[in-house]
Amino acid sequence: MDIFINFFNAAVLAGTPLLFGTLGEILTEKSGNLNLGVEGMMFMGAVSGLAAVFLLEVGLGIEIAGALAVLIAIAGAFIAGALGAFIYSVLVVSLRTQQNVTGLALTIFGIGFGNFFGEYFGRTSPIGFMTVSLSARQGFSNLSIPVLSDIPILGPLLFSYNILVYLAVVIAVAMAFFLSRTRWGLNLRAVGENPATADAASINVTRYKYLATCIGGGICGIGGMYISMVTTSGVWVHNSVQGFGWIAVALVIFATWSPKRALVGSLVFGGLTVMRFYVPLGIPMQIYDTFPFLATILVLIVTSIRQIKEHSPPAQLGINYFREER
Amino acid sequence: MQPAIQTHNLTKTFDQVVANDRVSFDVRRGEILALLGENGSGKTTLMNMLFGIYFPDSGEIEVGGKEVSILSPKDAYDLGIGMVHQHFKLVDILTAADNIVLGLDTGALLNRKAYTQEIREISERYGFGLDPEKKIYNMSVSEKQTVEIVKVLYRGAEILILDEPTAVLTPQETERLFVTLRNMREDGKAIVIITHKLHEVLAVSDRVHILRKGKSIATVNTAETNQQELTEMMVGRSISLKIDRPVCEKCCDKLDIKGLNCLTPDGVKALQNVSFTLKAGEILGVAGIAGSGQKELCEALAGLYPVASGSVMFCDEDEGKIELAGKTPKEIARLGVSMAFVPEDRLGMGLVANMDMTDNVMLRYYDKGKGPFVDRKSSRTLAESLIEQLAIVTPGVSKPVRRMSGGNVQKVLLGREIASAPEVLIVAYPVRGLDINSSYTIYDLLNQQKQKGVAVLFIGEDLDVLLELADRILVLCGGQISGIVDAAATTKEEVGLLMTHVPGSDTDKPVEEVSSS
Repeated sequence: MDIFINFFNAAVLAGTPLLFGTLGEILTEKSGNLNLGVEGMMFMGAVSGLAAVFLLEVGLGIEIAGALAVLIAIAGAFIAGALGAFIYSVLVVSLRTQQNVTGLALTIFGIGFGNFFGEYFGRTSPIGFMTVSLSARQGFSNLSIPVLSDIPILGPLLFSYNILVYLAVVIAVAMAFFLSRTRWGLNLRAVGENPATADAASINVTRYKYLATCIGGGICGIGGMYISMVTTSGVWVHNSVQGFGWIAVALVIFATWSPKRALVGSLVFGGLTVMRFYVPLGIPMQIYDTFPFLATILVLIVTSIRQIKEHSPPAQLGINYFREER
Repeated sequence: MQPAIQTHNLTKTFDQVVANDRVSFDVRRGEILALLGENGSGKTTLMNMLFGIYFPDSGEIEVGGKEVSILSPKDAYDLGIGMVHQHFKLVDILTAADNIVLGLDTGALLNRKAYTQEIREISERYGFGLDPEKKIYNMSVSEKQTVEIVKVLYRGAEILILDEPTAVLTPQETERLFVTLRNMREDGKAIVIITHKLHEVLAVSDRVHILRKGKSIATVNTAETNQQELTEMMVGRSISLKIDRPVCEKCCDKLDIKGLNCLTPDGVKALQNVSFTLKAGEILGVAGIAGSGQKELCEALAGLYPVASGSVMFCDEDEGKIELAGKTPKEIARLGVSMAFVPEDRLGMGLVANMDMTDNVMLRYYDKGKGPFVDRKSSRTLAESLIEQLAIVTPGVSKPVRRMSGGNVQKVLLGREIASAPEVLIVAYPVRGLDINSSYTIYDLLNQQKQKGVAVLFIGEDLDVLLELADRILVLCGGQISGIVDAAATTKEEVGLLMTHVPGSDTDKPVEEVSSS
């Protein structure tokens, strides 16, 4: 039982940055923008979230309390991710550049942005690397909720995580509600499915695309910050985000563009990435590493066989919209 | 009386093509105005300007006597203008109700229950019989159109624009639509209906505004005009509405089809024991209710649909009979049989919408180049000569074909196929969605081919045309041949009867029993 709980905990912790990335990309793709820059935006969020707290602490010469540090890091990461997505939106929505190329460029830019500023701020620090104070770090440690955390089994299973894990779950549930129950959600889905129709229905296609892409990018940025604040405990580690953004892009397909299924998907993928520590199968480590990708392929096959319309990508995904195009 | 909408000298240009050139017209409340013009005459462009999809280069629009600037569909809706598009503007994965309320501003949360009920009430009041909770992708074409009309009504539009609403409807559905339109007219709404079908103009409209090559030609009262006059104004010269039928000269057998059976992927019989002979130098018309096996027949002959059993013999003058059944188009071509197929789905199966004319022409000859290289030059020459011969209107051979109007697209496709000098030419619904002038050009082209000794299989839907153009008419009913009749000797009624039942079949027996008892 303990092994299971440990494995589950590790899966949740490993899956949360993926969940942020996936949710951000789902929101983006619902607007019809296929932003392959998730990896880049996560890097930007990772360095900015950490740097925001680091620079404030260095600049003011104080130690920021945990809760405040969380807010500052979220704001920094969100703004950085959204900024990356904004660059993408200007290029893709306004200037109508090709989406895949632009997304790849954003990834390359974001990786460079993250590693450059990560190293640069590290050099300015007296200890040689960028890190935040112990008190700031405590904001990202696992919570101990009175009563709930003490319930046997359920307590450690559900109520023993850091605040960002719960934030991700809240965003997932809120996004599911937003997409299915609100007018803006309906409009956004229409924009991604058929922008010409949305346009004819007097929906401002450009605004929806910009907003969804930028907010989606901001959420991806928080996912990056999770890695620099939680996974590496508030220390900038070169290339720390590597690969997470790409798995998130695959997870969007795994989740068939549903925020609720993204919850399950990120847990499964989180589990698959840490499986080698908890489930000894006597096989080489590299084979474990292929599991998330094998799972993606399996899901792709199953979803394409079942051909359910509701599980398909937004119909106009990856295609730019120009009203006067004939 | 104050016009509901009035335009002054509206002009709109795309690339080098002037789509609308100083167009001025008006529509009043409580009337149906028909906007008549050939394909590419700028009807849709004009309506898209009224609806804020395009913005005019110059000219004014007045709504209710006030000059307005319609920058977006939202502005149009605010002015009470609603449009039912030729290509439906619906989101497939949403329900009818969600599509209808899409873009409306009524609070953050969706009150599905309330608006579904409202839509159900509108549907019942007009007798549309629409299920608001049905998803669009499960709907037939006429149901989708109903959704579009309910959408406009739900928004309380006072001015309705319908872009070729009947193009996709059966005659019965068209009549039902006209009844609703007349009801709306009685209700004091201003209705603009875009069409190129003359009998519909005469049946439903009060006045007609005619456009030709983007210019306003005239506005006439429907009661004071006739088909011939409207045609002349629309085309710009007098044309005969009669279709030629040259005599079949070199009438030897070309294709001999025996006992052809085809199954759909679900195992249902799509074609059942089909046997007939297609002669060189004749046009064999194929009639039937939509989905009676026409598509499967064409594709089976062209080598695109799997043949379960039966034979398709090609009769070659020199080499005798060649079996084609079960062969791919490439194998058929390699046997020296020149067969051309103009499919129903022009921009899906026939041409690649995003490629230019040269590349589309080259699709037929891509393997004719030297080694791994394609021969673009001769395709370009052919494309240029097609533009000249068939009077295709296009900004140039290097522009994507999707920018052309339907008639011009069909000319490119048919022209390409004819240029391959086929011995057998299969055409499926070649004039669907085309205006009169383009249609007659297509008929002439087919007749030319026939006189050259080509065997033409013509799948049609307009019985009047089949009766005039074809030499013989093959009638399909539920995948079976219910009869092959001489077009000159038969009547519309006889063909219509054959379309609905096969003489001597099982379904026919109960009728006989009733009549004998």
